Amino acid sequence: MSLAKPMMRGMLAKRLRLHLPLAFVVSFSSALAFNLLIAQPRKRAYAEFYKNYDSVKDFNAMREAGIFESVRPIEK
Amino acid sequence: MLASRALSLVGRRALSTSVCLRGGHGVAKIEHYTLPAYFDARDAPLPDIRYVQNLSPEQKSLKEKEMGPWAALSNEEKIALYRISFNQSFAEMNRYTPEWKTVFGALMAFVGLTGLIVIWQRMYVYGPVPHTFDPEHKAKELQRMLDMRINPVQGISSKWDYENKQWKK
Repeated sequence: MSLAKPMMRGMLAKRLRLHLPLAFVVSFSSALAFNLLIAQPRKRAYAEFYKNYDSVKDFNAMREAGIFESVRPIEK
Repeated sequence: MLASRALSLVGRRALSTSVCLRGGHGVAKIEHYTLPAYFDARDAPLPDIRYVQNLSPEQKSLKEKEMGPWAALSNEEKIALYRISFNQSFAEMNRYTPEWKTVFGALMAFVGLTGLIVIWQRMYVYGPVPHTFDPEHKAKELQRMLDMRINPVQGISSKWDYENKQWKK
């Protein structure tokens, strides 16, 4: 009976041949996905919000709602 | 030195069997568990000792034959020599077992039991929650958050329609 000689060496190289490129691909694609799906939309949302933002109007709205202690709602 | 002093105090007959006298000093008897042991382990492929320690006469003669040219050994003899040195082969050692199902089942059983205990605790040990959890109170909290424009860009205030006083569609 003659069994085939088992693999004696080169296990790490064999593993790395697949997993090293795979590691790069997975890392880059998750970074890309995060950028496209989360980072860019967030930057756009902030840009949109502040494009026509009137802070005084916002402040007065908050003042009317009565949340401040330093300024009361405007007396009519 | 200290041991011999202690021995002279205690007296020879009161000695325990694990202390032997040798040249006036005490020498501890070698316990079996302190000696190198045989383990089948994937990450330690060459154990410290042979599996079979007490060879039968056939095994002893086989070991003698091993001293000569190995081409003279038959396949059965080679396997017998292997089994003297090792208990399980790598294939036997690494074989699949369905033990994980038992482990997972027991884990889930204990998680479920813990859940039951937690439910009982919530019902019979804890008192009532504070009044701040009443729906009217929570509604007032939410209104205050919207008034303060909490997270107006992407969060909660961005979902509220301030003109029509309702959630955005």
